[in-house]
Amino acid sequence: MSIMEIIGSILVIIGSIFLFLGALGIYRMPDLYNRLQAGTKATTLGAMSVILGVGFLEPDWFLKLLILVVFIGYSNPLSSHAMARAMYKRRVFPWTKEGGVDAYREVIEKETEKKES
Amino acid sequence: MNSQPTHLQPLSTQTKLSRFLMNWILLTLVWIGFTGTLDVQELLVGIIISGILSLMAIRIFTCCTLALLAPKKLFYLGKFIVVFLIALIKSNFDMARRVLSPALPINPGVVQFKSQLKSNFAKMVLANAITLTPGTLSIDIIDDTFYIHWIDVVSDQPEVAFKEIAEDFENLLLKIF
Amino acid sequence: MEYIIYFALGIMTISLFFVAIRFVKGPTVGDRVIALDTLTTLGVSGVVLAAYLFHRFVYLDVALVYGVLGFIGVIVIARYLEGAL
Repeated sequence: MSIMEIIGSILVIIGSIFLFLGALGIYRMPDLYNRLQAGTKATTLGAMSVILGVGFLEPDWFLKLLILVVFIGYSNPLSSHAMARAMYKRRVFPWTKEGGVDAYREVIEKETEKKES
Repeated sequence: MNSQPTHLQPLSTQTKLSRFLMNWILLTLVWIGFTGTLDVQELLVGIIISGILSLMAIRIFTCCTLALLAPKKLFYLGKFIVVFLIALIKSNFDMARRVLSPALPINPGVVQFKSQLKSNFAKMVLANAITLTPGTLSIDIIDDTFYIHWIDVVSDQPEVAFKEIAEDFENLLLKIF
Repeated sequence: MEYIIYFALGIMTISLFFVAIRFVKGPTVGDRVIALDTLTTLGVSGVVLAAYLFHRFVYLDVALVYGVLGFIGVIVIARYLEGAL
């Protein structure tokens, strides 16, 4: 086993563990926005790490895998942001503790008033 | 909403040319990554196709102009990527701690703050970076106000929130774009 | 060497199971779409690992197209739910 293969397999193992943590977060968190948080962060780093690990194991493919990594890092937060905004506009409000802050709610209330009048 | 949408505003010839060349360079690099060879024929086809595409997409790809290629800006871009990767790894360990602890230590809420960034692309990069840093998720951007879902709210003051969440990234982005 | 890949694929299969539970259970539409997005990311990493296992370069194109289609799908569903489409 060369040093590249050791680095690559360590990256693959770490990435799969983070993917697992992301899935567990999606299963455990109490409301939609927290699920988005756990899902996005953990799965992004997990997928990046797995793909880079394969890049270390098979150095000929590195350039294409790098494009895949950049694409995942670019698209995952975008889609989660789009989903969060869409669900907020459908009036699914985040769960907060007693006296928690929710600055975006006024904006949505104003917008609905404007639409109704 | 008094100004026109970005893709309809009139552009100066210089901006158009600069943006076109930058898009051309970026698309050619992506083509080389896809094909994985430096063969003359493949490269020629790639250069022609990415030229046509970037000519068609001058008003859509508003990401960057040739000014991005200045060495100082490239240096700050590299620094931004390093800072971002460190924040990404930190946020993952933070998230792992929250997910694995049985009591779920969370105190979520939505905070807002104002940013000084001008161009739409810079705002998008900042929103993406915020989404991937510890405990935050960007929900909406209205003009220059960011609305952020924060999993562990420290304070609802906009200034404090800005300092905690976005200050490093914004200082770097102001130097890049 | 290959055992490491099999181990990673095993962990990812368990996580597929958790995400599938959320996909079936999820109280709102949003939860289901998030679960779908995560399934896409898991699928992309799985296809890349399969490409390494079978030594096929072409599978990377499959992974890329799968990722692009999943991303576009989630954006379109989000715009539709928002009422902006």
